[in-house]
Amino acid sequence: MKEIIVVAEHRRGELRDVTWEMLSRGRELSEGFGGELSVALLGKDVKNLAETLKPRANRVLLIEDNRLEFYNSETYEKVLTQLITERKPTLTMIGHTATGMDFAPSLAAHLKIPLATDCIGIEAKDDTFALTRQIYGGKINAAVSFLKKGPQYMVTLRAGAFPVMEKEPLSGEIVSIPSLLTDEGLARRFLEYMEAAAGEVDITQADILIAIGRGIKDAENIPLVKELADSMGGVLACSRPVVDKKWLPKSSQVGTSGKTVKPKIYVAIGISGAFQHVAGMKGAGTIIAINKDPKAPIFGVAQYGIVADLFKIVPVIKEKIKQLRK
Amino acid sequence: MNIIVCIKRVPDTADADIFIDKSGKDIDKSGLAFDLNEWDSYAIEEAIQLKEKLGGTVTVLSAGGEDSNESLRKCLAMGADDAFRLTDPAFTGADGFATARILAEAIRKRPFDLILTGTQAEDDGYGQVGVVMAEMLGVPHVSIVNRIEVQEKKIKAHRELEGGLEEVVEVDLPALLTIQTGINEPRYVSIMGIRKVAKKEIKAFGASDLNLKPEEVGLSGSDIQLDKVFLPSVGEGAEMIEGKPEEIAQKVFDILRDKGGVA
Ligand SMILES: Cc1cc2nc3c(=O)[nH]c(=O)nc-3n(C[C@H](O)[C@H](O)[C@H](O)COP(=O)(O)OP(=O)(O)OC[C@H]3O[C@@H](n4cnc5c(N)ncnc54)[C@H](O)[C@@H]3O)c2cc1C
Ligand SMILES: Nc1ncnc2c1ncn2[C@@H]1O[C@H](COP(=O)(O)O)[C@@H](O)[C@H]1O
Repeated sequence: MKEIIVVAEHRRGELRDVTWEMLSRGRELSEGFGGELSVALLGKDVKNLAETLKPRANRVLLIEDNRLEFYNSETYEKVLTQLITERKPTLTMIGHTATGMDFAPSLAAHLKIPLATDCIGIEAKDDTFALTRQIYGGKINAAVSFLKKGPQYMVTLRAGAFPVMEKEPLSGEIVSIPSLLTDEGLARRFLEYMEAAAGEVDITQADILIAIGRGIKDAENIPLVKELADSMGGVLACSRPVVDKKWLPKSSQVGTSGKTVKPKIYVAIGISGAFQHVAGMKGAGTIIAINKDPKAPIFGVAQYGIVADLFKIVPVIKEKIKQLRK
Repeated sequence: MNIIVCIKRVPDTADADIFIDKSGKDIDKSGLAFDLNEWDSYAIEEAIQLKEKLGGTVTVLSAGGEDSNESLRKCLAMGADDAFRLTDPAFTGADGFATARILAEAIRKRPFDLILTGTQAEDDGYGQVGVVMAEMLGVPHVSIVNRIEVQEKKIKAHRELEGGLEEVVEVDLPALLTIQTGINEPRYVSIMGIRKVAKKEIKAFGASDLNLKPEEVGLSGSDIQLDKVFLPSVGEGAEMIEGKPEEIAQKVFDILRDKGGVA
């Protein structure tokens, strides 16, 4: 029987969305080739999570151990090596997230299983899998295939790229698997979590967000966009490079490693639309993108697009709004 | 502290109009500007700051063609002591796994306390090479690092998770870290600075120098291959607002009024 194993991702007692996304795609794939879907859950006291996962898989492979309280690449690699070596799943699915990026590449290399990372599409095809990835910051898609012929494969899937389908529940069983972990020293040790400092303005509360990206070129150009934001009663937000350069505080950053926002209006100015940014703003009511590049991926998520040089168009829009709102 | 930094020279595609080339398997790179991968510029800066604080050496290496010298020289100008390049026709077509193998073999015989890579490359975006290398070299790793503190024989590293959350971990040296942007402010490199290192030798090594067999490298040593590239479908796509700047501005105002309640 062919098996797909999804590695559940959870943090601080909650399953992360990517887990449901992988289970949804995993189910379609396993049903497609008459196989079975399992979900591996590693943690400490996580039976409640196992219960929630049960209806979404044929089985929950539950490995509980006090040493699995906090994610650690080394403990994950040990436990999953054992699991995958024993069960020989056709496919192992892991999220392309801060966690998955940290253990999937070493796990695959350790097990000598071919790996394709950050996939946005996966189809079963003649005993192997056909994949879709994005390259060049999302401007180009690539059809990718595995060169090494299985029988086992591993993929990491981009969070948010696979919809969660409504399907009738499965009668999953919980299979407890003893952990082989010992107290022998780890070269890497978890110490603590640290929360980001709250900013002066909470961008998640704003109805209108004007977000700027690297296209703004220099800190001295920020007032130009700030005036636009003021003219429409909006709040300034940004993509990651603007924070990296310290032009705006971290609390203004939208995206996977920043904030998730759902304003009524999101105006993206000089932002290319990398998936880590889009993940934080695609839920906005209406998205307007201003970019000089007609092929910028941001136009794929925006409802309205303006292909223009921001330095030419922003002052005109600002004046118009000021004038009309008087 | 002896540090090795792996760097990649990549085309700047965010700001360029790009086209698919005749092979249908890549973009046409002929008209594009190239630079050091963004993540790697933070990795090399971090290495140099550590050297300035603690002493030791910084060695940079890159797997790529002769053009990679340009990025390696930039790193030398920033303050790296030594640079070398891994070049061989047999390396062509390497995916993340095969690239990691080439780099790992080149590093294996060198003494090091720390290896730094970027979190991801701007072009292929595998987000994989560093972590695979750590496995191949048998050293612990920490990925997506945005702050480090060197302690006695170990490092305290902050890993960036989702939603602004960080995870603080401790890792024994030698170790490999993949560096996230924003960890520092990469220094500016002047033309004078580049000129000063223009004559410095950058040695190149090939597959046989690394005792790698042809079937272990390049496409034959890879897990995956690119069959074809295409422009992403834009779904419904955005409704493009066109016209004179004045007309565009009027339309933006209309949207703000209708959808955003701006009166
Ligand atoms: C683990 C991880 C987490 C990440 N988390 C986040 C995150 O939370 N948020 C985030 O934003 N990114 C995040 N990133 C980074 C992300 O991958 C991209 O690098 C980043 O989003 C790019 O920002 P940008 O669009 O501003 O810059 P670029 O990609 O450089 O795009 C700049 C855009 O400006 C346009 N432009 C330039 N000049 C003009 C002009 N004069 N007029 C109009 N347009 C112009 C260009 O055409 C281009 O499209 C993360 C990356 C990693 C690896
Ligand atoms: N050809 C290469 N030469 C040297 N280092 C590389 C190469 N490719 C990738 N890397 C390193 O691995 C990191 C992650 O790349 P990737 O896994 O391809 O996204 C980069 O930031 C570099 O530090």
